[in-house]
Order: sequence, then C-alpha cells, then structure tokens
Amino acid sequence: MSVPSPASSPILPARPMRLKGGYRMWAPPVTVALLIIGVWYLVSTFVLDPSKSYLLPPPQEVLAAYWNPAFGTDMLEGLWNTAKVALTGLAIAIFLGVTWAITMNQAAWVERSLYPYAVILQTIPVLALVPLIGFWFGFDFQARVIVTVLIALFPMVSNTLFGLKSVEKGQRELFELQQAGAWVMLTKLQFMAALPAMFTGMRISAGLAVVGAIVGDFFFQRGTPGIGALIAKYQSRLNAEPLFASIILASLFGVVVFWIFGWLSKRAIGTWHDFT
Amino acid sequence: MANASAAPDVHEKAMLLDFADVQLTFPNGTTALSGVDLTVRKGEFVTVVGPSGCGKSTLLRIASGLEKATAGTTKLTTDHIGYVFQDATLLPWRTVRANVELLAELRGMGKTERRAEAARAIEMVSLNGFEDHLPRQLSGGMKMRASLARSLTMDPELFLFDEPFGALDEITREHLNDELLRLFTERGFAGLFITHSVAEAVYLSTKVVVMSGRPGRIVGTYDVPFDMPRDPEIRYTAEYAALVGEISRALREGHDA
Repeated sequence: MSVPSPASSPILPARPMRLKGGYRMWAPPVTVALLIIGVWYLVSTFVLDPSKSYLLPPPQEVLAAYWNPAFGTDMLEGLWNTAKVALTGLAIAIFLGVTWAITMNQAAWVERSLYPYAVILQTIPVLALVPLIGFWFGFDFQARVIVTVLIALFPMVSNTLFGLKSVEKGQRELFELQQAGAWVMLTKLQFMAALPAMFTGMRISAGLAVVGAIVGDFFFQRGTPGIGALIAKYQSRLNAEPLFASIILASLFGVVVFWIFGWLSKRAIGTWHDFT
Repeated sequence: MANASAAPDVHEKAMLLDFADVQLTFPNGTTALSGVDLTVRKGEFVTVVGPSGCGKSTLLRIASGLEKATAGTTKLTTDHIGYVFQDATLLPWRTVRANVELLAELRGMGKTERRAEAARAIEMVSLNGFEDHLPRQLSGGMKMRASLARSLTMDPELFLFDEPFGALDEITREHLNDELLRLFTERGFAGLFITHSVAEAVYLSTKVVVMSGRPGRIVGTYDVPFDMPRDPEIRYTAEYAALVGEISRALREGHDA
C-alpha cells in the first residue's frame, strides 16, 4: 500500500492524512494477530506431541471447525442465543444504571444511602450467587439475563454518576440564575454533560454483558443453549477444535459489541467531545 | 442602536443596586466581606479592583442572589440582570446559536422569538457567520463574545462581569474592552465589573472602587472623568496614566495594610 504524496494537496492535508491514519490504525493490531497465529501454528505443529494435540489444535483445524456441519450451525445458533441474552441484559443494565445514578445525584443523603450497594454489587462474587438465582428465577432465559445485568450494572452506575457530577460550577450557576428547576437542570445540563462518561460506561458494560451471558450459560443449561453451554459441552467431550473455535467466536462477539458502542458514541457526541 | 435615548445619561440616577454595610461570613468562620457600601446607578459602569481572594467576586454573587449576605441590606431594583462568568461557561454540545439562545429558552421564550433575539445578540458581538460553530471551534476571545451575547439576550439593565477577560491575551482583551464600551453606550445597561487590572478598570468605568483583602472591604472610590463613548487613545494620555497610578497606589496600600 502506497501512501499518497501530501504534496498533491498542500493546503488541505485532510484526505491523505485519513488514509495514512486508517493504515496506521489497522496495521499494528493485525500484525500482532498474525504473530500470535504464527506462534500458535509453530507450537501446535512442531512443539506439541501429536497425541496431545487436543491441548492446542493447529489454527487451520480450528478454522475448519466453523465449516464442519456438526459444529458450525450449533455455534452460530449458540452465539445468537448468547447475543439475545447479552443485549437484553445490557439494555436493562443501561436503563437501571442510569436511573440509579440519577436518583443518587438528587441529594447527598440518597447517594450515601444507595452508593454502598452499588459497590457491593461489584464486590460480591456473582458466581457464588448464580446458583441462588437459578433457584429463584429458574434456569432459563430470565435467569441468564439477571446474571448478565448483575455483572454489567456497576460500570453504568459509577460512570453515569461521575458524569452527572462533572458539570462545571459556572454552568450550574448559569442555570440557577435563571431559576431552572431540577428537571430542566437534569435534561438540559447534567444528562448532556454526563453523556461522554455514560458512553464509556456502556462500552465497559457491553463487554461485561457478553461475559455475563456466557457465565449464565455455564450454569443454566435448560432452555436454548448459548455459546457458553456449547463451550462446556465441547470441553467435557474433549472436542478441542470446536472448543477453541467457539471461544474465539465468543471473544470476537465481545469485541464487535465493544466496537459498536465505540462507534455509536463517536456518532452521538464525537462532534463536541474528544475521546482519549 | 434602536433606542439611542436609553444611552447612559449621567444625570438620570435611578438606583439599580444598593449595598449597605454588607457582610458575608462563611459557615467555616471566614469573613469574605465586611461593611461594604456600594451603589450602582443607571448609566454607571462601576469597576471593583482588588487583590485575588479579597471577596470582589463575592460581591457579584451576592448581587445576583447566588450567595446571601449574612448582615447588612442589599437592594436590587431590576430583575433584568446579565451575568458573565470568568469562564465563558458555554455548553460544549450546543452551537453558538443554541448557546446564545439558552437563557431565553430557560425563561420559557418561544422558539421564533428567541431565535431572533439570539441573532440580534450575535450580530452585536460580531459573531455572525459562526452561529453553527461549536464552542471547541472558537478562540478564547470568541467564546467570551458568545458568552456576552448570551447575556445580552436578557436585555440586562444591570450587567455583572466577573473578571471576564482575565484569561485572554492583551490584544484580545483590549479589543473586547472597546466592544464592551460600545455595547455600554449603545444599550444603556449599568455595569458592575470585577477585575484585577487597574488599567482595564480605569479604561472601562465611570467609577472605580478599590478593595482590600481579608476581610474584603472598600478602601477607596474614584470617579473616572473621561467622556463616553471613550476614545481608545485616552489610554496614552497623562491624565489616564495619573489616575491609573493613583489607584494602583491605593491598591498597594490596601494590600500592605
């Protein structure tokens, strides 16, 4: 790939800069990926004893698992089910987290009353709670969504609260001088000022929601199995190739969700906010 | 502009702001202001100079109602108040136009009306052509202009300025001083301006008030004899320099005391 000469447009360097920027954006992570796959190939082919290939099957065989009719459809279906759980849980986590943060931001005593529980939510081992959730809510879709919400909620609460508090004193007083009420203050000032932090929270929560949905799968095998259930199945049967393939698929899904939220936030507030 | 008759008339002396023996003590026991008497009348542009932390900004906060005096009386005879903060305090997600419309919007003015009001104000501060820009695309001086325009939509009778040009470079600052004087003569609002620059104070004002710190109190009041509209060239006259010198001395004595 050749970089266009910037001399062709000395006054407006925007286009060549963007092409160069795109190349510079993608080249490093792709190089790292190729390196990892290369090492993986070498280790699985030349270092590992063939009898132990289930520990690390070579990349081309893992790739072939996607096209294997015995695994491919199952994996896609599992991914779809996991996606449904993750996105439902994420939507609920975003709504609850924003509501929770706005409630806390209304008065210091409300924050003092509620914030400890947001922290506890983050520190209790959700894995230990999962069996309980099964007893209470069954072992199907609903229970998986609840696990997802529990895991994805905290970043939404803390980031939104941080964003609401980031309003500058002068801006707040500007509204106070016009006798703006709490609702106007919230909608026209605090909520808007909190958007950058909320989008950061969404990106973190989106990644966690995928983790949550897969964790739920591990514990709740009833109903439509997600990719987590498949991973557990392949693991128990020592089906190394589809096991690796589904782990990679689940990770890619997390990356895609994270990336979508990054893109959304740039679209929504990128004109006035610089993401670092 | 439209109503030239409202241009400052020194003989018309309607009181807009009257502080008598105002004191402010914070809950932690710090006394920010003590025994402050201050009046701002129609047609006056009063500037308060003083060292940092002497409570001069607190004066504005009390005048606008953001802070309550703990003793003394404060009287305000208008509710058309403009308040320009140290920072431009523009909302970064709003365009210049939407920022300038904000106060009218918060006061419940209709959309067409406030749009016209904003267009007029933007014109007055010479920001036309930048209506659709976001604050991040503006220089510091332009942000301040937008902030000025925003307050102008309130059609203020009393304009409060809290060191608005302190963060700007010298040239931009002088330029905005001239713009402000032009608006003052055109619009006929009274001004209460806070600064720590004596030169700026003398150039802008009809009256300069000197404060000393801890607790903040007034140590001197000086009438500025130069005519309005003011000729930028007065900055280079001996009378101007003499007055700046006199006030600076008073400021230093108050500071040492």
